[in-house]
Amino acid sequence: SMLDGTGPEWLSEEVKTGTTIIAIEYNGGVVLGSDSRVSAGASVVNRVMNKLSPLHDKIYCALSGSAADAQTIAEMVNYQLDVHSMEIGEDPQVRSAATLVKNISYKYKEELSAHLIVAGWDRRDGGQVFATLKGLITRQPFAVGGSGSSYVYGFVDAEYRRGMNKEDCQQFVVNTLSLAMSRDGSSGGVAYIVTIDEHSTEEKVILGNDLPTFFDQ
Amino acid sequence: MATLTVNRAALGGFSFENCKRNALLEGEANKVGCSLPSARKTGTTICGVVFKDGVILGADTRATEGMVVADKNCSKIHYISPNIYCCGAGTAADTEMTTQIISSNLELHSLSTGRLPRVATANRMLKQMLFRYQGYIGAALVLGGVDCNGPHLYSIYPHGSTDKLPYVTMGSGSLAAMAVFEDRYKPDMEEEAAKQLVRDAIAAGIFNDLGSGSNIDLCVITKGKVDYLRPHDEANKKGVRTGDYKYKRGTTGYSLLITHRRHDVFISSMEMMSEVTCVL
Repeated sequence: SMLDGTGPEWLSEEVKTGTTIIAIEYNGGVVLGSDSRVSAGASVVNRVMNKLSPLHDKIYCALSGSAADAQTIAEMVNYQLDVHSMEIGEDPQVRSAATLVKNISYKYKEELSAHLIVAGWDRRDGGQVFATLKGLITRQPFAVGGSGSSYVYGFVDAEYRRGMNKEDCQQFVVNTLSLAMSRDGSSGGVAYIVTIDEHSTEEKVILGNDLPTFFDQ
Repeated sequence: MATLTVNRAALGGFSFENCKRNALLEGEANKVGCSLPSARKTGTTICGVVFKDGVILGADTRATEGMVVADKNCSKIHYISPNIYCCGAGTAADTEMTTQIISSNLELHSLSTGRLPRVATANRMLKQMLFRYQGYIGAALVLGGVDCNGPHLYSIYPHGSTDKLPYVTMGSGSLAAMAVFEDRYKPDMEEEAAKQLVRDAIAAGIFNDLGSGSNIDLCVITKGKVDYLRPHDEANKKGVRTGDYKYKRGTTGYSLLITHRRHDVFISSMEMMSEVTCVL
């Protein structure tokens, strides 16, 4: 059949965003971070993909899992949020965006294999982070996801402190991504950081050699 | 309001109608001892690059059916709209039909908007169709064009994910071509340098990948102009025989008379062979 394993990998292997993604809330906003590697089997098909996808001006989501599923969910929710925000006449709430993502993830949970972390800022509740794994929706102070997250659960649990300010959060995100990317084969490339607060949405790229280094034999 | 797309949107989920038909046909064929033809794949190296004034798409020209070359000079760069072209790798029929369907829908859309179509529109239409078929349409595409927002290049995978990048490669020869790009790509190249780069990338695929071969086709798309160079480079010209077994006109033929003589063998003397020992 055309999808057997004897052909080139990208024909039979689904394109996955190997990934490490993280989102963290601070007083006044959120910081999201992701790596940039997209793999199909053992082949890296895109080494600079920005997995932090905008759902609205002040709401972003981080993509992981199957690239096609994640991109499609993000684009659908982007469209639905545009319509919703026009209907209510103001900027949508982060909880609304997370609910839209959850609705798709839950209804098609058997067919889809993507996990999106939704994070943003709204006027009502400030900075918020929502995890939507497998169709649940839960607000958390921070969330990690993707194959690289397994390697950094210990680090984030030990290093997270309540009441961090914006710069501390950004440094925390960069450190986490750097550690995960050095240990997880499916994560790598550059690090994308997005900081959302009341006044602005700032996107930043940190290239490979500018990432912090830790103990490395 | 009348709908403007020829393609009727599927009512959710994958339609298995053709699978039932195929199973039936296969049964019928096996009964008479034949087998259904296997899907012809374009082994392929395809690539695209964004340069200063536009995009350049490149492709090889070999189509394979298993281990046999089915077509030595097939065209893998498909027309989507006057300013957008698309290279296709994977199952030949899938790339051909998918690009034709989207080309048709895009033309209707363009007539409706009254504007030149945008590359992002073609990208959305292609990815939404491929996602709907969950990867069963084996079409991996490199989509490139120039529109009102400048030059754009996308790679589209069979499951429906897309990447927007300055240079992309697809197909079984993609790793060889990507190696050339990663070494020599620079942003804002001139047209001649970019054409040479794409030519070299496809050549790397042709000579290092068994599924790719024959000639190199290029398509240079700039604002207001498209150069469809087929072939741009005949990298594998069929060799010319240097000799010929045919006799020239006017040659006189003759034959040699051979007589056989019988020789009688006489034994005149017998010599005793002394013992010889061999020493290594």
